Amino acid sequence: MSNNEYWKANVALILKCLFIWFVVSYLFGIVFVDALNVIKIGGYKLGFWFAQQGSIYVFVILVFYYAKSMGKIDEKFNVHEK
Amino acid sequence: MDLQTLTVLFVGITFAIYIGIAFWARASSTREFYVAGGDIHPVANGMATAADWMSAASFISMAGLIAFYGYGGSVFLMGWTGGYVLLAMLLAPYLRKHGSFTVPEFIFDRYYSKTARVVAVICLIIASVTYVIGQMKGIGVAFSRFLEVEYATGLVTGMVIVAFYAVMGGMKGITYTQIAQYVIMIIAYTIPAVFISFMLTGNPIPQLGLGSEMADGTYLLDKLDQVVTQLGFSEYTTHARLSTTNMFVYTLSLMIGTAGLPHVIMRFFTVSSVKAARESAGWALVFIALLYTTAPAVAAMARLNLMTTIDQPTQAQNLAYVDRPAWFKNWEKTGLLKFEDKNNDGLIQYTGDKKTNEMVKVDRDIMVLANPEIAGLPNWVIAIVAAGGLAAALSTAAGLLLAIASSISHDLLKGVWRPNISEKDELMYSRISMIGAILIAGYYGFNPPDFAAGTVALAFGLAASSLFPALMMGIFSKKMNKEGAIAGMLSGIGITLLYVFQHKGIMFVQSTSFLGDMEPNWFLGIEPNAFGAIGAMVNFAVAFLVMSRTEKVPKEVEKMIENIRIPASN
Repeated sequence: MSNNEYWKANVALILKCLFIWFVVSYLFGIVFVDALNVIKIGGYKLGFWFAQQGSIYVFVILVFYYAKSMGKIDEKFNVHEK
Repeated sequence: MDLQTLTVLFVGITFAIYIGIAFWARASSTREFYVAGGDIHPVANGMATAADWMSAASFISMAGLIAFYGYGGSVFLMGWTGGYVLLAMLLAPYLRKHGSFTVPEFIFDRYYSKTARVVAVICLIIASVTYVIGQMKGIGVAFSRFLEVEYATGLVTGMVIVAFYAVMGGMKGITYTQIAQYVIMIIAYTIPAVFISFMLTGNPIPQLGLGSEMADGTYLLDKLDQVVTQLGFSEYTTHARLSTTNMFVYTLSLMIGTAGLPHVIMRFFTVSSVKAARESAGWALVFIALLYTTAPAVAAMARLNLMTTIDQPTQAQNLAYVDRPAWFKNWEKTGLLKFEDKNNDGLIQYTGDKKTNEMVKVDRDIMVLANPEIAGLPNWVIAIVAAGGLAAALSTAAGLLLAIASSISHDLLKGVWRPNISEKDELMYSRISMIGAILIAGYYGFNPPDFAAGTVALAFGLAASSLFPALMMGIFSKKMNKEGAIAGMLSGIGITLLYVFQHKGIMFVQSTSFLGDMEPNWFLGIEPNAFGAIGAMVNFAVAFLVMSRTEKVPKEVEKMIENIRIPASN
């Protein structure tokens, strides 16, 4: 049964990460780009920055965050590689 | 030293490195040939994956696309990086746990069906062959432009080099050359970008330079917007590609397609553990992001440099054709840059209005290659860019060739036709398949078929609409059965090909397109290149519908799914 719980924890973590993945690229970079472009950071319009820079940085962080968190979940459910 | 001597020197050194690696990293077992022995360090694999992934298109074409599409080009930046998030969380760790040598082998084990395996092999081969043709063309073009040798000579040289390390070393040889190629590629991409960013904004980091002020106190992007709109082009930082819906779906298609491309997935079979596979995806993305966050800076700065070289505040001050710089003349020779003096004033007018625009051809692909020349950088920088372009094309070609060769020797030969061949024989056949794959790719490099132009649409469309859904459902649904998976793959590919061929002609022969009375992009305004995500949705829907009406998954397959979901071995 604990394997089942483990899988649920994994899926929950994936959904959390993919939610952020969706927000920074599809919402900030595409759907709400015009609204965000009103704000400027230096010479970057914010929406444009998310589309061409910011989303990529967030993707990198997400993948490492997932790897690290899964490492902990593996240990917790005692399914890690020995 | 003159440019050509320098280029020969740099390209020669890099090729010597690749051949050296070929002798050092020979494969002595099928495990080494297919998955490099399965003990590649996650950081090393990340670097190899980045080189495997970033092709001639990423290196040469992407910044050019962004330079002319502006904000609309963002779909490539987000699409080709965001796919790694999907790969890292939805596919790579579980496929690594399963431990197969190829993607179709996993499909076979999971869907207990040789038919499913063959369908997967066909998707893989179509996607990879069309993709590899582009790389072969890139190699030929880079040689002929920079070394001024015949296209054919360049192509054959490239083929021989790849043959050396791919046939001898298989995945093992390819992995180590890809690491070297990544290093060369990223240096070649970054150096000109740093120079140009520093020249324009005083900030040597291109990612920051793009958001910085220029010497006159205006922000670089504001200046670019101003220059292009004055000349009648659309505003750089806001001009979307067709529509918001199209950009949304296009980005999604590229992301799903990236995660479903077999030559990329295969790279994650080479690491030692599930944990290593997860980390390695992160490293791959770091190495890719280095280039992909630099690209938009290269794009905007190249566009600005190009515009300000030609166009001046008033038309009378525009650049006179007789005074055009050397790079202008060089690229005119290749036919990729063309000027036509429509009003016979001897000055160059470069505008967004077709009637008065005199730069009748500015090929997007020259932006990265001509950029150092436009900015007036020294010859050795240009020579490095040539070596980098070749590294990008060769590394991706090798990864694709291995995907093709292993699907033939491991999936078709060993898996379907002759299951009893010995390992030694399989290793021999895998080498023969590799040679065959190189010859086929070379043939199409010499005789690019009509469908070569549609490469990107087809490769990503197929990967997104067939392989990605089948793999993902295989891991995340215990109930998905072979009937559902096969029906899903076939309908996903079917609908995608239908939409693409309807616009671009059957097998990309334009005269056979069958749009009829329908508007182009008739489905929600989505362009054919962006259709893979719709194909994937159809795949999922059909798969679940068919599954609900057919037999259940066997018990032992359910056990296998439970096993691939956890890192520990039972």
